[in-house]
Amino acid sequence: MEWYEVFRGIEGEVPAAVVEEEKAERAGLLGRLRRNLGKASGALRGALTTIVLGAAGEDVWEQVEEALIAADVGVDATLEIVDRLEVRAASRGLRTQEDLIAELATAVADELRVDDPDARRIDVTAHPAIILVVGVNGTGKTTTIGKLAWRLTQMGRRPLMVAADTFRAAAAEQLTEWAGRVGCDIVRQASGGDPAAVVYDGLAAAASRGADVVIIDTAGRLHTQVNLMKELEKVRRVIERQVPGAPHETLLVLDATTGQNGLRQAHEFQRAVQVSGVVLTKLDGTAKGGIVVAIHKDLGIPVKLIGVGEQLDDLRPFDPDEFTRALFAVDG
Amino acid sequence: MFDSLSDRLQGIVSELRGHGRLSDEDIDRAMREIRLALLEADVNFKVVRDFIAHVKERAKGAEVMESLTPAQQVVKVVHDELAALMGSSDSRLAFASKPPTIILMAGLQGSGKTTACAKLATFLKKDGKQPVLIAADVYRPAAIDQLVTLAGRVEVPVYAPGADVDPVRIARDGVRFAADRGDVAIIDTAGRLHIDEELMGELVRIRDAVKPHNVLLVVDAMTGQDAVNAADEFRQQVELDGVILTKLDGDARGGAALSVRAVTGKPIKFVSNGEKLADFEYFHPDRMASRILGMGDVLTLIEKAEATVDAKQAAAMEEKLRKASFTLDDMLDQLKQVRKMGPLSGILGMLPGVPGMKGLKDAQIDEKQLDRVEALILSMTPEERRHPEIIDGSRRQRIARGSGMKVQDVNGLLKQHREMQKLMKQLSSGRMPKLGFPGMGG
Ligand SMILES: Nc1nc2c(ncn2[C@@H]2O[C@H](COP(=O)(O)OP(=O)(O)O)[C@@H](O)[C@H]2O)c(=O)[nH]1
Ligand SMILES: [Mg+2]
Repeated sequence: MEWYEVFRGIEGEVPAAVVEEEKAERAGLLGRLRRNLGKASGALRGALTTIVLGAAGEDVWEQVEEALIAADVGVDATLEIVDRLEVRAASRGLRTQEDLIAELATAVADELRVDDPDARRIDVTAHPAIILVVGVNGTGKTTTIGKLAWRLTQMGRRPLMVAADTFRAAAAEQLTEWAGRVGCDIVRQASGGDPAAVVYDGLAAAASRGADVVIIDTAGRLHTQVNLMKELEKVRRVIERQVPGAPHETLLVLDATTGQNGLRQAHEFQRAVQVSGVVLTKLDGTAKGGIVVAIHKDLGIPVKLIGVGEQLDDLRPFDPDEFTRALFAVDG
Repeated sequence: MFDSLSDRLQGIVSELRGHGRLSDEDIDRAMREIRLALLEADVNFKVVRDFIAHVKERAKGAEVMESLTPAQQVVKVVHDELAALMGSSDSRLAFASKPPTIILMAGLQGSGKTTACAKLATFLKKDGKQPVLIAADVYRPAAIDQLVTLAGRVEVPVYAPGADVDPVRIARDGVRFAADRGDVAIIDTAGRLHIDEELMGELVRIRDAVKPHNVLLVVDAMTGQDAVNAADEFRQQVELDGVILTKLDGDARGGAALSVRAVTGKPIKFVSNGEKLADFEYFHPDRMASRILGMGDVLTLIEKAEATVDAKQAAAMEEKLRKASFTLDDMLDQLKQVRKMGPLSGILGMLPGVPGMKGLKDAQIDEKQLDRVEALILSMTPEERRHPEIIDGSRRQRIARGSGMKVQDVNGLLKQHREMQKLMKQLSSGRMPKLGFPGMGG
């Protein structure tokens, strides 16, 4: 998927030059992603070679398992994928290493696919479209909002940021700095206030300031903190009441270094505020972010965007094939 | 998926009942369960492999094979080995003979460095030290504002010349500033990827410029398999002295603790476990071992209870435990103490067998349920509270009426009380039972 396809409600409005630029940018990015994501491939290729040589004992499958585990795919999802691969390898008489790796990549990508392409897109058809951004501490919510708002302005939209993280010291200052970089409006209040009140203000301001997308930053919170999760539910209720049909997107920002706890995070945030998509950040490191496989599989929440750095343009559309190809360093 | 390891091993062993001793094959199966449990807890797979090879031998030893409770013995061996691995060297900070003691904080983006700086300062201040904070994260927007705000809350001096100054210079000048204003300099640095050569180089230059007595890597407890890659790079490039594990108040099993310890060889010195600045403490390897294995954190619970209950009450309670005279009054007391300890969800997570999603859902009902238990006990006479065995049918009806509840509720409470009494006895005898708590819905 390309950026000009990411937003539901902007298609057709994007200038041709932007589309061209997109394509060029993408070529460079693929290589970068693959370099970082492809580190599991060594062990994996070794394991698969042995399978091809006909010595597919327990140990070999254990190695394949470990390659998936190393990507944080998780025990349950891994065992299922490996089982399926074993069956397919036998029944289809897959012989070459390339076949097997491709099969494995397909198996993982299949877990991440959505039937309706719109399910992967960010819905900004409404005016204003309301996007609520949630997640645990330090995953990259504020940074993602900066990048997303920038992308929207590139596409001719007028985003408004709402600084509803009233908890963390200097959180509003951080978002304000991003708003400055993007050149968009921001609504904030004094620190320590009620986030729901800031949201209320922000939504009211959207109309008067001519904003067509409102992006709401929230304080990082552990999904186990009952009171803070209740607070978030309240924020959502305020949005629902004030703008019928909103929030149009509720994005869970997940750090790619997160292990199995990511599934619990997704589960709890889903329960509290109905997550519509995941943004997987910090894929520019060596972490693989494989927990999104379990999140999609178990909870049906698609990944929509990935974060690949700390600059304005370091946010990308998510593509399951690209993601798994990079994960296992398969060319093509 | 979140069954505790002991439950799973229990499953294996119960299949074997009647076969007598455990065979090597049984041990292998048990080891596979342990492997899965460790992987689910996010311990790095290579670390798991080494660890399993290591404990397998011990598990085949006489202490397990000849035990009447081999499943528990296996868990105990694994638990002890985990704890030993994570805690075999000193977790205290190194203090300079000539102040200031310099502490350099490092880590990936979003691991919690800035908060950890402020918490460490709070911790040291309580210990009679005079910490000074130094704001050398010039990259993340408003990171300096954040540290300055936090320094104000902790009431310690902060050196923050601004985002346009070179971080190496900030660190160097900051240490001089700290020498005049206090005795410990804590340097906050920008989060950086371990593969970012430029920023890693900068960190090395900061280290060379100030020669810190402690370089601490800040690691998010929720980190998965990649923890080893990051930790190993930081170790190689900047040389670490220890680790601070953050966000431990969540429900992550925290296998990263073991991974990081294994690849760096450096002790985990502190854990950060809450929203408040005071939520910061020394690392306890045995608790971490229980947590990674999903055995709950009984010890933390007990300690937290101890810190909340005042000393005299604690002594009285201990006496009662020894005599096993745990009355309904005591239960009521306990209830109040439990409430003082903070949100139930946190406490629940420390109990064996409940750190799953199930436990969390239960936590929602708890507060109300606790109210009801309180109402029931308050409707009893002092005599009934001391000697619950005298509560017969008519007394039950009276209590139910008095508290506006049903007789079944009274029965339920008395049953819970009996269970809790049993539990208290077990705790006081040092065993680790499966806990049930009043009002926790079973
Ligand atoms: N390398 C990298 N760093 C990121 C990415 N996204 C966010 N960060 C960094 O992660 C840290 C925490 O981000 P922030 O937006 O403050 O997280 P929040 O607490 O969820 O709002 C900051 O240092 C960001 O610069 C990413 O995709 N890659
Ligand atoms: Mg933020």
